[in-house]
Amino acid sequence: MSRNLTSQPPSPARAIPMARSMCWHCQSEIHGEYLCGRCVKVQPLSKELDYFTCLNTPRILNIDEEAVEQTFYELNRTFHPDFYANKDESEKAISLGNTALLNAAYRTLKDPIQRAEYLIRLEAGSAKEIRTAPPADLFEEILELQEDLEEFRSLSSEDGAETVGKLRAKLQADRETLERRQEQFKVRLFEKFGVWDSLQRPSVETPEIRAKKDAVLKEMQDILSNRTYVRNIVNDLIEATG
Amino acid sequence: MPRIVGIDLGTTNSLIAYMDGETPHVVAGRNGQTMVPSVVGLTDNGLIVGEPAKEHLVRDPARTIYSVKRFMGKSLADVSDELKYFPYKLQEKGGVIRIEVGDKTYSPPQVSAMILKELKLRAEGHLGEEITKAVITVPAYFNDSQRQATKDAGLIAGLEVLRIINEPTAASLAYGLYQQTQGIIAVYDLGGGTFDISILKLKDGIFEVLATNGNTHLGGDDLDRRLVEVIMKEILRDFGLDVSEHPDLMQAVRLEAERAKVRLSDETKTKTVLELPDGKGLFERVWCREELESLTRDLVDQTLTPCRLALKDAGLRADQIDEVILVGGSTRMPLVRRQVQDLFGKVPHCELNPDEVVALGAAIQAGILSGEHRDMLLLDVTPLSLGIETMGGVVSSLIRRNTTIPTSAKEMFTTYVDGQTSVDIHILQGERELVQDNRSLARFQLKVPPLPAGVPRVEVTFLIDADGILNVTATDVRTGDSQSVQVKPSYGLTDEEVEGMIRESFQFAAQDIKARQVIEARTEADAIIMATEKALGRGTSLITPDEASAIKKAVDELRAVKGMDDHRLIRARIDDVEKATHHLAEVLMDATLKEALESKKLSEVITD
Repeated sequence: MSRNLTSQPPSPARAIPMARSMCWHCQSEIHGEYLCGRCVKVQPLSKELDYFTCLNTPRILNIDEEAVEQTFYELNRTFHPDFYANKDESEKAISLGNTALLNAAYRTLKDPIQRAEYLIRLEAGSAKEIRTAPPADLFEEILELQEDLEEFRSLSSEDGAETVGKLRAKLQADRETLERRQEQFKVRLFEKFGVWDSLQRPSVETPEIRAKKDAVLKEMQDILSNRTYVRNIVNDLIEATG
Repeated sequence: MPRIVGIDLGTTNSLIAYMDGETPHVVAGRNGQTMVPSVVGLTDNGLIVGEPAKEHLVRDPARTIYSVKRFMGKSLADVSDELKYFPYKLQEKGGVIRIEVGDKTYSPPQVSAMILKELKLRAEGHLGEEITKAVITVPAYFNDSQRQATKDAGLIAGLEVLRIINEPTAASLAYGLYQQTQGIIAVYDLGGGTFDISILKLKDGIFEVLATNGNTHLGGDDLDRRLVEVIMKEILRDFGLDVSEHPDLMQAVRLEAERAKVRLSDETKTKTVLELPDGKGLFERVWCREELESLTRDLVDQTLTPCRLALKDAGLRADQIDEVILVGGSTRMPLVRRQVQDLFGKVPHCELNPDEVVALGAAIQAGILSGEHRDMLLLDVTPLSLGIETMGGVVSSLIRRNTTIPTSAKEMFTTYVDGQTSVDIHILQGERELVQDNRSLARFQLKVPPLPAGVPRVEVTFLIDADGILNVTATDVRTGDSQSVQVKPSYGLTDEEVEGMIRESFQFAAQDIKARQVIEARTEADAIIMATEKALGRGTSLITPDEASAIKKAVDELRAVKGMDDHRLIRARIDDVEKATHHLAEVLMDATLKEALESKKLSEVITD
């Protein structure tokens, strides 16, 4: 175990947006450093900081997971409350706030579905629409399933084990079909990741590229909405059939 | 920076450790034992803690408290199933259990504080400095109330609790330091009263917890009870004696059951012998390991479901685990080891003493907090989901289980009625849909300005800090004013109560020290009386009859004062005995030396 005798770890060279341009403690000017150059106090991260910037990754969907993990660990070594146990209350509070933000960023970007939802929120306002009707290509399948589900729920002990068992088996088969659909949604979503990433590559965003981006975002939004709709039905099925 | 110690506050045993440069050390007592039994006894002279209290258990069960950790952060209803096993009476006040001992009642944090104080004294004696700061470990699956109760215990004991850390993660720190463990590891921790499983990723000094699960009411105590039940049944059958009507016998049965279980980890057969009261004779029983295993198998199997759930939450299969680490005394059982090995498909590690590894890890964490060790860092998770009650008794989830801490969630609140001035908020912890199936943590009233319905906007931030404890703050979005939130814990002491207990604890500190000195003097007196009588037996022929009778007189005088509450008087008589035996000791020494020399050749003596 090597011992680091400096009172603070070296601040990574890369700068991310901080809440203020002046140190909250000694009022000296700062340029995105995590720790004030003069009084070495930790500085609060900007509340508007987006998760991609926070974890030093371009706003793409096929992220370099290892690099993101590396940044996450590095930033924890700077901000984690364990390193501020001897500091005053203000520094403790900033460390806590920064680490909570950092954890939220990592949790969101680590999971591909959450990552996509977050990106859509950033780029298009909201991640998905709440569906009240089944997606068109599943319409009939789901309508029939819901009728079966209603029937199953209305069954009583008088209906005989055979009837109950039969319907249960049918519903379980339906559930498996839907779970496969879920997987398909995921595959289709991931296919769009590459499309989005290629549109992010040019340094200048022409109106044409923007239009294509908006189209991809819309497609991903639809897939996510359908996926959530199907997931809710799967949950209903699990609850009803056990 | 004053020293920070690491404390493992266990159900059956507790330990204290500190960092000596780069190495963690567990503090041992005078007898060389590192474990302090988590037992507190109330004697006529005051409180006793640890080994003497454990001995007290059989003599005065109604005034001896053990396994208090099972009651931390719990209400009476939570523990109703096991009340019959405990010799003391329990009450409840303000959602907190109170333990009746004599004419007094103590909350579980107060009793835990007595154990913490004993550990603190032990470390202070060893290190020769005052201890004021500590890291205390808790089971990973402890909820908010149980963590808060542990923190309260620290405060009452006069310790600033700088961090509450999870026992399995503490153990992983010790393995990381000593064994340079890397990769994905599973820590299986079966202690005296609780079970935890944690899955971690160890990489470049970062200990990232991926998922945790467990059962805070499953441990060695429960295994012992299976043997206790058999013994009770057989004593009733063979001797017509109902053990539950004899609290002292009940405790003797419990301790014997524990001993038999422990022995069966090394031996395949063992015997329990118990002396029954009222001259009913001896109860004798032979156990074999297979019988213990068939009696406890279902309990051990109960640990496997949390393991599978933790794997699922971590998104891993059992075969993706690189190493399995065993923690807690109960993992010495061959049955436990076999089950763990079967589940994970690899031989589990137990290179570090499973009783001490948590305390060692707590000391390492103390080193990290003191700023001396920057190369290791723990990233832990919250074990249970956190939510608030919404319309219809349904829980709306705010923070998911296994979220890395610290973490926060924000929620906006408004009013439904014109002029409404407050909103009631009920916070819950657990994985179920309905309020009634989850653990109520706390309630509070949010103050809102009297305005038309829907106009006020108050943002509430729920923050789980690095201790896994919830903090609530609120801000009026329209004015930007923040308001302090008075959270009333559902199963915890209020701030005022804790303050009162801290004061009380200082008042009793003087009494405690006196009781302790008396008990120590008595123990020493017993030891010296025994040694003197042994010496007299061997050496009477070597001294004059006058000397012998002087010694006998001094011993009798010591015996006469031994039961008194004046430790100075006992010490004075001890000194008298030592003076009277001075010559006897010398001649015995000479005789021993002579014997030794006679059996050697001259050449050996000279080269020595």
